[in-house]
Amino acid sequence: MALCNKHLLSIEDLSRQEVEYILGVARQFRKTFDSPAKERNALQGRTVMNAFFEPSTRTRSSFEIAAKRLGADAINFSTSSSSVVKGESLKDTALTLLAMNPDVLVVRHSEAGAPFYLARYCANAVVINAGDGAHEHPTQALLDAMTISDHKSSFKGLVVAIVGDIAHSRVARSNMLLLNKLGANIRVCSPPTLMPPRFENSEIFSTYHLSEALEGADVVMMLRTQWERQHESLFPSTKEYFSLYGLNTSRMQLAKDDAIVMHPGPINRGVEIDPAMADGSCSVILDQVRNGVALRMALLYLLLGYPEEGES
Amino acid sequence: MTLLLKGGTVVDPSQDIDQEKQDILIEDGVVADVGIIDPNSEWEILDLTGLVVVPGFIDMHVHFREPGREDRETVETGSRAAVAGGFTSVMCMPNTTPVNDNESVTRFLLSKAQEVDLANIHPCGAITKGSLGKELAEIGEMVSAGAVAISDDGNPVENNQVMRRALEYSRIFGIPVVDHCEDRALAAGGCIHEGVVSTRLGLPAMSRTAEEMDVVRDTILARVTGGHAHIAHVSTEESLEWIRIAKDKGVQVTCEVTPHHFILKDEDIGNYNTLYKMNPPLREERDVEAMLQGLADGTIDCIATDHAPHTTLEKDTTFTKAANGIIGLECAIPLAWNYLISSGLISISRLVELFSVNPSHILGLDRGSLAKGKIADVTVIDQTKKVTVDVATFQSKSRNCPFHGRTLGGVPVLTVVGGRVVYNQI
Repeated sequence: MALCNKHLLSIEDLSRQEVEYILGVARQFRKTFDSPAKERNALQGRTVMNAFFEPSTRTRSSFEIAAKRLGADAINFSTSSSSVVKGESLKDTALTLLAMNPDVLVVRHSEAGAPFYLARYCANAVVINAGDGAHEHPTQALLDAMTISDHKSSFKGLVVAIVGDIAHSRVARSNMLLLNKLGANIRVCSPPTLMPPRFENSEIFSTYHLSEALEGADVVMMLRTQWERQHESLFPSTKEYFSLYGLNTSRMQLAKDDAIVMHPGPINRGVEIDPAMADGSCSVILDQVRNGVALRMALLYLLLGYPEEGES
Repeated sequence: MTLLLKGGTVVDPSQDIDQEKQDILIEDGVVADVGIIDPNSEWEILDLTGLVVVPGFIDMHVHFREPGREDRETVETGSRAAVAGGFTSVMCMPNTTPVNDNESVTRFLLSKAQEVDLANIHPCGAITKGSLGKELAEIGEMVSAGAVAISDDGNPVENNQVMRRALEYSRIFGIPVVDHCEDRALAAGGCIHEGVVSTRLGLPAMSRTAEEMDVVRDTILARVTGGHAHIAHVSTEESLEWIRIAKDKGVQVTCEVTPHHFILKDEDIGNYNTLYKMNPPLREERDVEAMLQGLADGTIDCIATDHAPHTTLEKDTTFTKAANGIIGLECAIPLAWNYLISSGLISISRLVELFSVNPSHILGLDRGSLAKGKIADVTVIDQTKKVTVDVATFQSKSRNCPFHGRTLGGVPVLTVVGGRVVYNQI
């Protein structure tokens, strides 16, 4: 089965069947992690270019490891050490990178829509959105779905609470699209100042009260809070934010007994999550990271067109 | 020179002529006679049978970029675009480099217009020096030089006291204060209307309240000062509600709408198409409906294009970085014809009010009429002809038009300015 769209720019590019297929392939790859020969050669001779116009540690490393485990060459391009600081436009930077014939361009950018812009110039390379402004972070949502499916038998009717800066979170956007596609019930929770005015999907339940979001939840997904936002009158202080929206052990009692706690990282301990929760038994935060590598291997593999081998 | 416009279907609300077959005789740049006129062999005669003949259309909101950004547009290319689009007069907004905030720049613009000698160019002076919102510009001197209105378009006056003083001071000259309504703090640097689409695209959004707050401010100040506030490119349902209320109270407030705000919606942006980026941003379905309603019921006084030329480079980038605005002169009439006349929403006579009678009145121009003795500015439209909008054929120097590719009816085919044929595609 080949993926319908050439690029992965948004979760909207994927059908439900494709998502399930990707997760299945990712699980296959994950099995190989513990065997001595981690390296496969499926993508030998292929080049994956990580074009990161915004700082990132985990996502970039994750793509790099994923590419290398499949035998591809991974090249990292970051703005601090590039001609972007000399004033080169995004278009020219992209055309220059593309002239080196990479097979995949993994793009992280601070502006929403930047990967769409670059994809228009990518006749031969596949573009993967690795996070664009406050728009989307599709691979994060996919690895989150993979992690949820490790712990829950089905997405159907699953109650997922997403808590934090919903308005500015690309992780929240991609997860809302993906988990809704998979049949979960989504609750979003933030102060009104960090909540978008309206959602396209009217089935999304939104609340300003953490207890309403947590009550009976199967999955609690905490988002990173950018403390700089207190200077934009969006909340008064990180201290008050934690007292209203921080996840701690007693609040977690409201969720189901077998509920899991997720976080895309980097974590702000004591701002959105109590250290006891982050390190506690219901936390699957490090599983998310581990799954991220497998998921990105699956994506690179499928987008570069090796479906037959994957099925065998 | 004498010119006879023969056999056309005339629509002129100033004379209560509504789709009557009338001839128009033009002598020395003015209308010499209207009626059934026997031709004289010494006259130049144009047969306009089957065509709609109306008082010259006026676009009271254009950016010709000269002086300063001649790479985007010049008075010459802008004027050519105007007459090709069926406009006989335009008002040029003052946000050039330098800003048109003194009589020298006003005179420069008019001398350029005289060189080009196509459309009537009416300068709009700045409200404040440098459009910085602090001190009043030399409004009287600009008016003496030929300015017909004042505006800090693109950099709206934030200080309420300054706006109040501008509305008071403008009363000396009886000119409108044209305001691009945008409360900067509420707009928060947004590049798209705040709504479902901005949520989906994750772009920094601008609340509709940013416009409405200034609309309300202006109506309050117009009421207390007795000045004339003209709201530029109104775009939200609530803005129109406030304007309607103010008008009912007798406040001297008028407003314009652009074709894109009564046709396009934020969802047309699709996946970050920068040709759909403008300020005010494209709104929602209910706002478009409200604009159409306002055009039909008279709340909206006129249609203006906010013709905003930008180089291809300025649009070929990410959405947040792309320049605001689109060009409108060369497709505004067909767009209005399609979405307002062909749809049955308004009459041709009402369209003439929106494009000619009202802008002329707002700016105190002695135009907008084909009555005997009036300046012979005439627009002629072929309502049976269809055109496919093609930016490659535009006279404008720029190409930033999201209507490219649309096939529209109601095509301007002849433009007469001051009795002289400046565009003829009959």
